Amino acid sequence: MDVMLILALALLLAWPLGAYMTGIFSGQKHWSDKVFGPVENGIFKILGVKASEGMNWKSYGIAFLISNLVLGVIAFLLLMFQHLLPMNPDGIGPLSWDLALHTAVSFLTNTNQQHYSGQAQLSYLSQGFVIVTLQFVTPAMGLAVCLAVLRGLMGGRNAKDAAEGEERDLGNYYQDTVRAVLRLMLPLAAVVALLLASQGVPSTYQASPTVPVVEQGQSLTEQKIPLGPVAAMVAIKQLGTNGGGWYGPNSSNPLENPTPVANAIETIALVLIPIAIVFMAGGLLRQRGFARMSLAVMGFLSLFCVGAAIYSEQQPNAAFSGLAEQAGNMEGKEVRFGTDLSALWATLTTQTSNGSVNAMHDSLNPVAGLVTRSGMLINAIWGGIGCGFVNFIVYVWIAVFIAGLMIGRTPEIFGRKLEKTEISWLGVLLVLPSAVILTFTAITVAIPAITGNSNPGLHGIAQVFYEYTSAFANNGSGFEGLGDNTPWWNISCVIVLLLGRYLPLVIPLLIAGLLAKKRQIPVSNGTLPLHNLTFGVTLVTVILILNFLSFLPSMVLGPIGEALELTSIAGDLK
Amino acid sequence: MNTTSISRSGVSRAGSDTALSSHHTIWRPALGLAAVMLVTCGLVYSATVTGLGGMLFPQQATGSLVLVDGKAVGSVLVAQPFSGDIYFHGRPSSVNTDPMSTGGSNLAPSNPALRDRVATESAILTERYQLSATELPVDLLASSGSGVDPHISPEAAALQLKRVAAARSIPADMLSKLVEQQTEAPQWGIFGQPRVNVLLLNLALDQQFPTK
Repeated sequence: MDVMLILALALLLAWPLGAYMTGIFSGQKHWSDKVFGPVENGIFKILGVKASEGMNWKSYGIAFLISNLVLGVIAFLLLMFQHLLPMNPDGIGPLSWDLALHTAVSFLTNTNQQHYSGQAQLSYLSQGFVIVTLQFVTPAMGLAVCLAVLRGLMGGRNAKDAAEGEERDLGNYYQDTVRAVLRLMLPLAAVVALLLASQGVPSTYQASPTVPVVEQGQSLTEQKIPLGPVAAMVAIKQLGTNGGGWYGPNSSNPLENPTPVANAIETIALVLIPIAIVFMAGGLLRQRGFARMSLAVMGFLSLFCVGAAIYSEQQPNAAFSGLAEQAGNMEGKEVRFGTDLSALWATLTTQTSNGSVNAMHDSLNPVAGLVTRSGMLINAIWGGIGCGFVNFIVYVWIAVFIAGLMIGRTPEIFGRKLEKTEISWLGVLLVLPSAVILTFTAITVAIPAITGNSNPGLHGIAQVFYEYTSAFANNGSGFEGLGDNTPWWNISCVIVLLLGRYLPLVIPLLIAGLLAKKRQIPVSNGTLPLHNLTFGVTLVTVILILNFLSFLPSMVLGPIGEALELTSIAGDLK
Repeated sequence: MNTTSISRSGVSRAGSDTALSSHHTIWRPALGLAAVMLVTCGLVYSATVTGLGGMLFPQQATGSLVLVDGKAVGSVLVAQPFSGDIYFHGRPSSVNTDPMSTGGSNLAPSNPALRDRVATESAILTERYQLSATELPVDLLASSGSGVDPHISPEAAALQLKRVAAARSIPADMLSKLVEQQTEAPQWGIFGQPRVNVLLLNLALDQQFPTK
């Protein structure tokens, strides 16, 4: 029941939010100009940019990459030297260079994979200043690229006046990014942070109090309750498809997610903007039918996975067979949430590239383990802010291409033909995930000395596969049992993170830039409609087949093999 | 209209030295963006929201500490270790209920180490409560995600009731009433699971039925 209520609320809130986002990014006058206009103009003066000045796909892409590089270097240096900087009341030491690099890149790529342990290894400055900033800016940057791709699909902002083959205006990168932070992320995060504080998420700069425990004479005689500006960070962690929490075990920690109501707020925040982007895309493209189809496809896949994960966790954990009552899998879960809310979160967090957790994914039953990995591999069911919808458009391009071949027509989308160059680039995007994830998994599994996993057998392989999948999908959740703070893990993950973030954003930007320049063919009887059931089913099929082809063997080695293994163990016990 | 501004972008600021100005238009906005964002998000947002949260919800914002006679005895949100017979016990923790190093077991269902751990715990509990293993509530055997889950299920509290009543020499039905009072329903009637906060229950126990 509470699961359905949470999903319904998320959808209900995403709708008006999508309309608001259409308003602020459409380039038309908007009521929010009165509030934010003057501040934005001040910022554009500091940046030295003319917000009205458009960029073609190349300038847009370069601005995106350069601003990332600058931010990354600054973050790396601040993390490296946190012990010399202020706001460190608990006297936390420096990070090793490889850990600092991994942490900087992981947050820069909107992944938030954590090889450090939150409250113990980062100062208030590192968490509250460096990481919170990246958690605001990186989703905004992803959204900016998504906006440029959408504008490209419509021939750019200058579509009416430009001739065929002429460079197209895909918007101003800095204007898009600044607006996304100021008009979208900041106000939402402030509201969510205060709601969370009311539920008991710490919101203070005081040092952590130490309290003697009630029953003395045990191995633990006092507890230090770790505090900090936690609520502010958790809000943007959830809203910005970031996922990097304040505390090690993320939102399973009662200080980070104290009550079921806090959990409902955090779960809604997790999917709110990714769903709103679908509504926004409909508004910006002026293609409501296409947006409805997208919503239906994503909603269908999402709900199917939620159902499977909930069913999975309601089954007993095989290790408890005969040793406890027959009830759901509570290993790694919290009593206040139970199995259903944990399974819901696990599904949504891997679909949206968020990666925060409210239960330990290592201890999930195999079917839920399969669901979480599928969400990350598809990476377009809602998806990360901006990049999720860009990935979805890539699947649409592929589906249009395949459908075009089947009916014997040149594939076209919104009146622009997909031709050889675009298809070649799509090919690169298709091969990329399996090439990167499987190569690194194979190398790491082949050398046991560098693997460092906490589980034997097939689950050991699954842990490694999960880590690289999570890095490539810029998700950030982990099978936390992995001993992953080693130079090998840090550096190999940095490479996977970078490949998984920048190529899947820049290549679609390039394709959109190329498409935009083409002559628009008027709609005719022969046009492939993108808003009906036939295309929706085609798209779902394409998404599933592509991922089966790429990853079925590794799934068999991982969760599927593990499920079979468990069935045989259960058989032995009887 | 816009097309002209595109072709000019990069050279429109300073006409004299093209290389220098394009250098400017690439790096300056990037540096500016980083600086502005660090100030707005890292400082202004964090400080405003944290300050506001602390002002509006002073008790919750500072760790939800429980006071007894004006002294903090723990946090409502953090489980404490209890092992004596006169107290209700919480869930197994992989981190010895230390809130500074929270985390779960991270053991997969297929891991023999998990099976071994549960078997040991199960044997201890069946012995202590004279029950068959299949009557034991799962949450008393499964370690929590955080290692400091402050709650147990009402069933897990019911299981321990007789033991605690005997250890404190009080009638079981009086204790049962206390446990009922301390049982929280799903929040707002719909969200989450019914549960008992072990620390609050034990503190209420000490207050109502003190031991010497």
